[in-house]
Amino acid sequence: MVEVPTPVKWLLRLLAVGYVFFLVAWPVALVVQHTFADGFTTLSDTLSDPSVQHALYLTAMVATWAVVINLVFGVTISILLVRYEFPGKRLLSALVDVPLSVSPVVVGLALLLVYNGRTGWFGPSLEAHGFQVIFETPGMVMATCFVALPLVIREVVPVLTEIGDDQEQAARSLGAGSRQTFWRITLPSIKWAVVYGVVLSLARSLGEFGAVKIVSGNFTGQTQTATLVVEQKYQNFEQDAAYATSFVLAAASVLCIVVVSLLRPKEST
Amino acid sequence: MTWFSLLVLIPLAALVATAAGGGWDAYLTTLTNDQTMAALRLTVGQSLLVTVVNVVVGTVIAWVLVRDRFFGKRVLDVIIDIPFALPTIVAGLVLLALYGTNGPLGVDWSSTRKAVLLALAFVTLPFVVRTVQPVLEELDHDVEEAAASLGAGRLTIFRRIILPGLTPAIAAGAALSFARAISEYGSLVLLSGNLPYRTEVVSVRVLTFIEGGNTAAAASLASVMLAVALCVIVALDLVQRRVARRG
Repeated sequence: MVEVPTPVKWLLRLLAVGYVFFLVAWPVALVVQHTFADGFTTLSDTLSDPSVQHALYLTAMVATWAVVINLVFGVTISILLVRYEFPGKRLLSALVDVPLSVSPVVVGLALLLVYNGRTGWFGPSLEAHGFQVIFETPGMVMATCFVALPLVIREVVPVLTEIGDDQEQAARSLGAGSRQTFWRITLPSIKWAVVYGVVLSLARSLGEFGAVKIVSGNFTGQTQTATLVVEQKYQNFEQDAAYATSFVLAAASVLCIVVVSLLRPKEST
Repeated sequence: MTWFSLLVLIPLAALVATAAGGGWDAYLTTLTNDQTMAALRLTVGQSLLVTVVNVVVGTVIAWVLVRDRFFGKRVLDVIIDIPFALPTIVAGLVLLALYGTNGPLGVDWSSTRKAVLLALAFVTLPFVVRTVQPVLEELDHDVEEAAASLGAGRLTIFRRIILPGLTPAIAAGAALSFARAISEYGSLVLLSGNLPYRTEVVSVRVLTFIEGGNTAAAASLASVMLAVALCVIVALDLVQRRVARRG
């Protein structure tokens, strides 16, 4: 290994730590400090506000649904992408990445154009059957699914590619059905990748803002999620409440990362 | 497949169809509108700037995380991931706590272009670090030692041996962070103040169109962003293929 001269080493160290400290660590610490500035009162006051409570409940529900849906379809699409050859496979693979790099606002708009009740492509007929998507929970779940879709797939695809299909073929030649092969062979080997994917998409789903803002209509106490509450509270100059709600969201997402970083090393052993 | 079509393909098709529905002239008029142009220029400019910052600082951070050993390195490693997981609106609020009106630093950057840059730097921090780090870890030390034994200086080794190996990873990270910066919305809402012509970015502009009921204009602008996103994905795919071929 090349030895870096000591002053340069310190300079690089200082640059890296300083940049991260000023950009991430200090600001995050300040929010925690604001939340607990007068003990637990701000936090408990905010959490007993019915609109905040409802928003947190709604966020949890939407996130759970989105994660479950993404889990099922993410694994399905991953298997499709890795194990089967079909025309348009590269296109599908590219499209799967779209949600990661396209703006959430664009996602919201796209969903709005198709599913809104008055002028959307499918909206009016769905609404005629008593199923409202936009400004209701289904739309929010869809928006959240959209933005978090690639996370599970991107974790699972490399693992699936790496393990190959020798074991699956062996299982099949010994007479296992495709369902049995999946549950006994495929799933156990991609277990950790699926877990990371789920944790990451949970973090993403809890924090989705742009797309949900457009499709939810942002009605206080009805379709307002926790992230929307943060914006509203802040703009109404209830900064303490905004900080407290942020803290809850931040704590949840930091917990997700810590879980992931604790799980990671186990994989290599 | 049906679910994927319903969720992703059809909405995106609708977006393009709506954008094209007004005809070429309407499309151009929307895009060349002064305020929209200002927003586009600001977004692209700041995103490029933040990408350059990320390439430099991200590589340094990855280097420190891989080659250096010091107290608290694991903490640094975890902190890098925070911007990725933190809800974007919270990211905005978090930055506002330090760089806003009553922050302890005594600087008030809210509603300025610095705030836009700051927010973008925050949300894109992990990308370069996380793409460069694994590559740097796997880089062969023997080659570096061979170069050193042949009399190459440290700078030469870095420039001729290490940097070429890292370039694809840096490029991939830069593309990701550029795409993310272009599309950023949540963290800017509170921080930038969204002043037209000064701190209004493209995403905010799209939202303004939607709230004004002008979906055609919103779709036009959104289609541009979609095109940029697709370009980045294709570019990434090409980089990865090249790396894979080189083995």
